[in-house]
Amino acid sequence: MSESVAAAIAVNRFGLGARPGELAAASHDPRQWLLRQLDGEPPELKDSRLQGSAEILSQAWNLRREAGSAGAGGGDEREARPASANAAQQLMRFYRRIYVAEATARVRHAVTTDRSFLERLTHFWTNHFAVSVDKLAVLGLAGSLEREAVRPNVLGTFADLLLAVERHPAMLFYLDNPRSVGPDSPAARAMRRRRGRDAGLNENLAREILELHTLGVDGGYAQADVIALAQMLTGWSINGERGRFEFRPAMHEPGARKLLGRRYADAGYEQAEAALRDLAVHPSTARHVARRLACHFIADDPSAAAVERIANAFLESRGDLPTVYRALIDTPEAWERPLPKYKTPSDYIISGFRGLQLPVVSDRHLLGSFELLGQQIYAPGSPAGWPDRSADWDGAWALMRRIEWADAIGQRLGSQRNAARLAPQLLGANLREETRKALAHAASGAQALTLLLVSPEFLRR
Amino acid sequence: MTSPEGIGIRSGDPACSAESPARRDFLAAAFLAAGGALLAPTLSQAGTSIASRFVFIILRGGLDGLAAVPPYGDPHYAGLRRELAIGAPGTQGGGLPLEGPFALHPSLRFLHESFAARELVVLHAVASPYRERSHFDAQNVLESGLARPHASQTGWLNRALAALPSEALSGEELGVALGQNVPLVMRGPAPVASWSPTQLEGPDEDTLQRIMDLYAADPLLSRRLVDALEADELAGEAQSGESMPAPGRQRRNRARGLAISQDVIRVAAGFLQRDDGPRVAVLDSNGWDTHANQGAAQGPLALRLAALDAGLRTLKEQLGATWRQTVVLAVTEFGRTAKENGTGGTDHGTASVAFLLGGAVAGGKVIADWPGLAERELHEGRDLKPTLDLRAVLKAVLADHLGVPTRALEESVFPDSADVRPLQGLLRA
Repeated sequence: MSESVAAAIAVNRFGLGARPGELAAASHDPRQWLLRQLDGEPPELKDSRLQGSAEILSQAWNLRREAGSAGAGGGDEREARPASANAAQQLMRFYRRIYVAEATARVRHAVTTDRSFLERLTHFWTNHFAVSVDKLAVLGLAGSLEREAVRPNVLGTFADLLLAVERHPAMLFYLDNPRSVGPDSPAARAMRRRRGRDAGLNENLAREILELHTLGVDGGYAQADVIALAQMLTGWSINGERGRFEFRPAMHEPGARKLLGRRYADAGYEQAEAALRDLAVHPSTARHVARRLACHFIADDPSAAAVERIANAFLESRGDLPTVYRALIDTPEAWERPLPKYKTPSDYIISGFRGLQLPVVSDRHLLGSFELLGQQIYAPGSPAGWPDRSADWDGAWALMRRIEWADAIGQRLGSQRNAARLAPQLLGANLREETRKALAHAASGAQALTLLLVSPEFLRR
Repeated sequence: MTSPEGIGIRSGDPACSAESPARRDFLAAAFLAAGGALLAPTLSQAGTSIASRFVFIILRGGLDGLAAVPPYGDPHYAGLRRELAIGAPGTQGGGLPLEGPFALHPSLRFLHESFAARELVVLHAVASPYRERSHFDAQNVLESGLARPHASQTGWLNRALAALPSEALSGEELGVALGQNVPLVMRGPAPVASWSPTQLEGPDEDTLQRIMDLYAADPLLSRRLVDALEADELAGEAQSGESMPAPGRQRRNRARGLAISQDVIRVAAGFLQRDDGPRVAVLDSNGWDTHANQGAAQGPLALRLAALDAGLRTLKEQLGATWRQTVVLAVTEFGRTAKENGTGGTDHGTASVAFLLGGAVAGGKVIADWPGLAERELHEGRDLKPTLDLRAVLKAVLADHLGVPTRALEESVFPDSADVRPLQGLLRA
């Protein structure tokens, strides 16, 4: 394969789309260009408007207390049920402001970073451990989940990444764990005595950890394993006032548990942590993660050999993520043409912004684009995250929205950008003769820019 | 390709309906540009009587069948459900009576009227062949029509449409998916459209022509573009006379996360009412995954059921005379645990309910081989046990209502279903 084809693939398939000049930089050694992005600490998002989750949660706690609804007994119970409509609205506005700042900072970083492979990986993991802002508490916390749990661990081990995510308030609230009570725990017994009410397990987090985050649905677990993990996870909660992870022994189901045939003695908090650390290096987890990575970066239906290569790297390194990424880069299939994947709406918009070097300014307009094209930021709507097959995104309705979006960009910027000159810089060896001609013969600069953005080689990667 | 003269197309603009003859010319040219990649079925002349219509609604997340259709007469119901139990008809917050031990959730008033009018069949203890508890695999089985998840890239409804004899086809698209993308159940060889509300203006017709040229060597994209233009045209006509929903109203709908959008229902009805419109529409309804605080006669699930009920009422009103030829089937991927969980909700279960509704339905009955709710009668000691295979309902509707040939049903639509016999007596003779 020529280095120019490899460069176009490295920048557009592994990365988030070429910025002008990037293809030239990658073309000396496209693989090295990717590998270099794995060196050094992952970058932090620099934006003074961003706050940590603990700060966000304690502010929310104060807002609720001012509204007179925060009492004794912890904040989580009240998370979805503020006292009055007015307080709910205030909380919504507060979370909404945070959401807009977080989502905008995320897009700005994705558009400007020169480590776009690393950023793609970050987006991949955020989607692997998906939360969705249609739950009120998540609206204010989804961005901090990515910044606090995903970004610092994207070049670490899978076990550290997994633990950071499962302990984060966004995930605990999203999958209901602070409400889950061991049926034989002191808290449940007290509730039965005092209020005659039963309290008990909620399986949500345990099930999605096994099905989506680690083993995968065919990973060899049974309903009894879901219940055992849910029991071990009881007590994993959030201190509402301080806004931090807290283990509540009173809610924890006492006793040893058996998960996948292995026994876990009751060690309080450590019981579930030990289980998660074992799950993180399980062969089913290696296969599940490898399949999802291959499906994301290589093709809708990657070969068994490709999945196995990545899974082996995962297993042999006990989930050392840079080793896994290197195996992905070393997979010959990942460098093949024709372009196998249709860009997701998010990758499509970001690649447009990168290619045209658009400034990321107008928050409302910017985030609206993601919504209109079908992929509102941090809102996949389910813990399974956004789907990842081309057929999930290449519908007729969706194509027309991209055409309309590209048309709007063309109208706005057609006089300031030369599409015919930009095309080889963005698409390199992928640029087709038909597209080159269409851009040269376009009726206007605006139309040329629109055609570039909706060309088959720009819609795919 | 040269531009036909004098066409003004603004995609997504409802006003374009006035220009539809010109749009048709453009589309004809577009078909040629697509290099014959499109399967254009024979066009029958629009007849005086409209062919049968089918609306398939997927309730995603796992509808709690024991809340939607409470078996209040089962001796174990109230004990299992505790605070979630719906009381007997006539009590405070009680259900709306059906027959036997069954009632409807008090939010489902239109469905109750439809039951009285013999236009609703309630199916209980029904499930797909899937017996695990993953939403995503369960929806895959529900939509693919195969016994195992991820065994097919196409859906049973599309395969059924593809098997229809050509004289049964009324228009260019056989079905329409009301959503941003086509769900698996509608993916496959038969041409289908998708439609969802939008706010952006579209490009001018010259740009659209050039994009079509740009896609000439790309069968997928050229087909998608033609489908999109066709769908926008149909939607424009469906909405003609009515302005697009005000942005404020749309936002409120989204914020409240309604089960189903009234605007989408109206557009679906517009598609189905046309003589040469699609015969099948698929609608998605999200948010049925009630793990915590689902409520009983009131609460989040009650609101969601009320929104679904209101949507179905709108569908009937908007369909007008076409309602007589219409069957609506609302299903979910699985039910929920028989027992209330520790957080005022219910976890993933197995059997649930399905609603068969419409002017063409022989309604006014509950079909349930009731398995009972005693612990030994529950599936794995925790879920309502399935006693009816959903495919028995689907096969009956496809054969008796849409006229899908039996052979195709057994071979291509539901290939693993030889032992599942179509349920009799669901439709008016």
